Amino acid sequence: MGKSLLDKVWDAHTVRELPSGQTQLFIGLHLVHEVTSPQAFQMMREQGLKLAFPERTFATVDHIIPTDTRQRPYSDAQAEGMMSAIERNCRELGIRFFDVSTGRQGIVHVLGPELGLTQPGITVACGDSHTSTHGALGAVAFGIGTSQVRDVLASQCLAIARPKVRRIAVDGALGAGVYAKDVILHIIRRLGVKGGVGYAYEYGGAVLERMTMEERMTVCNMSIEGGARLGYVNPDATTFDYLRGREFAPAAEDFDAAAAWWRSMASDADASYHDVVRLDGAQIAPTVTWGINPGQAIGVDEAVPPPEAFPADERAVAEDAYAYMDLKPRTPIRGTRIDVAFIGSCTNGRLSDLREAAGVARLGHVAPHVKALVVPGSQAVARAAEAEGLHEVFKKAGFEWRLPGCSMCLAMNPDKLVGRQICASSSNRNFKGRQGSPSGRTLLMSPAMVAAAALEGAVVDVRDMLHEHPSDDHGDKR
Amino acid sequence: MSTLIRITRVAGRPIPLRGNDIDTDQVIPARFMKAVTFDGLGQYAFYDVRFDAQGHAKGHVMDEPRYQAKGPRVAVVNKNFGCGSSREHAPQALLRWGIKAIVGESFADIFFGNCVALGIPCVGASESDVAALMAAVEEDPAHELSIDIEALGATYCGRTYPITLPAGARMQLLEGSWDATRILLQAEEQVRATASRLPYVRRFAR
Repeated sequence: MGKSLLDKVWDAHTVRELPSGQTQLFIGLHLVHEVTSPQAFQMMREQGLKLAFPERTFATVDHIIPTDTRQRPYSDAQAEGMMSAIERNCRELGIRFFDVSTGRQGIVHVLGPELGLTQPGITVACGDSHTSTHGALGAVAFGIGTSQVRDVLASQCLAIARPKVRRIAVDGALGAGVYAKDVILHIIRRLGVKGGVGYAYEYGGAVLERMTMEERMTVCNMSIEGGARLGYVNPDATTFDYLRGREFAPAAEDFDAAAAWWRSMASDADASYHDVVRLDGAQIAPTVTWGINPGQAIGVDEAVPPPEAFPADERAVAEDAYAYMDLKPRTPIRGTRIDVAFIGSCTNGRLSDLREAAGVARLGHVAPHVKALVVPGSQAVARAAEAEGLHEVFKKAGFEWRLPGCSMCLAMNPDKLVGRQICASSSNRNFKGRQGSPSGRTLLMSPAMVAAAALEGAVVDVRDMLHEHPSDDHGDKR
Repeated sequence: MSTLIRITRVAGRPIPLRGNDIDTDQVIPARFMKAVTFDGLGQYAFYDVRFDAQGHAKGHVMDEPRYQAKGPRVAVVNKNFGCGSSREHAPQALLRWGIKAIVGESFADIFFGNCVALGIPCVGASESDVAALMAAVEEDPAHELSIDIEALGATYCGRTYPITLPAGARMQLLEGSWDATRILLQAEEQVRATASRLPYVRRFAR
């Protein structure tokens, strides 16, 4: 019986088995941001701990950074305090800090892959649950808490139990207007928000194999929304092509040796899994959440499900969702009026996401009652998008073109919903209050669907919009 | 370096937090994370569930007079408690509010690990036992709920409910090794050896 990538990476990074049965696991890449690290640095000072592997530690600022101006000090004194703290912590400990002046600042999960820091076969840790994103390159990547951030800073290790591995194969092909975001929302809808607890998700099948790296990142990003702490795709030629020439990727003369090792870390053909789930890509529609967790999702042509559609122990959450969202069971989701449209985040803030959204934005103008924001995932994404003129497309269509950061995904900066506003959002969480207003509401969907909703002023099926404009080359070629 | 604190039993007045899939954005909304310490987070635990926009209490269970008590508290929860964001601010807020242990049907992975790192046992119990325990607590919350990590039982009003805890976490709590830093730092040479065997650390040199 062969081994999965998870098992190979785990074995290669095992320092020792701990008496607790956990593994002391070496971490190849530690990414740090301003929100979950200050207390870890403080604990290090109090406990007299030293940074173990400065060359394996990189920092940026993303959660609190304003997207309208970079003027310091920030108008929010708390945000300015957090920014000053990470600047000081990185300076004192000798951590490489990708701040705005470097031209490399961005959302930590956009930045790792695009700089070539994230590579196949390595372990990654970051004090953020969406660290699972890095699994798209075939890394084993953990979201961790602040005490564990301290552990990794001090020892470059985690004490952690090996998860079970579930292979999720998405076979067949996706239809036009169906994107990676729809695939992961569909997976979570099918397996539930707690179905992945205790598991690493290995995504495969023809649909994943055909996906670009950025699409795989979108899928892996939301593993945690399905309860799985880790998600990954086996590295292949797509992965290697993506990495070649990136700043921190192996140099040209070492690249073949690197690729050979990366290939060897992929799951064996006869790898054993705890279980295997098969899904048919052709059955996946553009998917929209209607409720208060990412599993409460339906195809855009479906209606809000009635209570009896849920198992008994999920009905209370469904009832809570109807009330909070003010959506009645059996109401079609299409036509739900929106107030705000947000395109960005570590889920969907990359160049290909912006291209897909711009392809739709070209077809019209943002509805008069809608506030629409486009927030690139990094300075590099912003530069590339601007080089293609995407910012002009968005601005012409009535979208605001902002500076890179996490922005309205979790609204720790000034970008927030107000009151009961409903937001069509390309982000990852539709939890109550997630987008900055304690009563604000979120409908998760793909960037193309968000752009379509922005133009219409309500949830629409992006396929209809694309169908009316068949000459535009933004259809799905997969 | 912190000294070993062995956690064998946690007891306190119970607080039932009903509902499946309670996410850490509920436990501590993101706007309260704009601080460089965890101090003072306790007052913001479940803030938006407990208070309206004007800061008036909405009658959440944590603010009900009959659930007010001094000293340590033990929360009783349902399924997938602590899902979503990895923010350690969530268990830190609960801890600072007074919650020293949680018994429930199931917990999200990252939340569970964060709790272990803070010495907060998250122990599992069956759906029917949690239902019975919650009902007993809601009928009369004025007693001590005791979580025995050694014997794996939760006792309330004379009835003991069987509980589960993964062997590793149980050992960490019982041995006082839940704060992992000290353990991880004991193997410095092995860490260097492991790193030096990894091709990417050697920059793929042959």
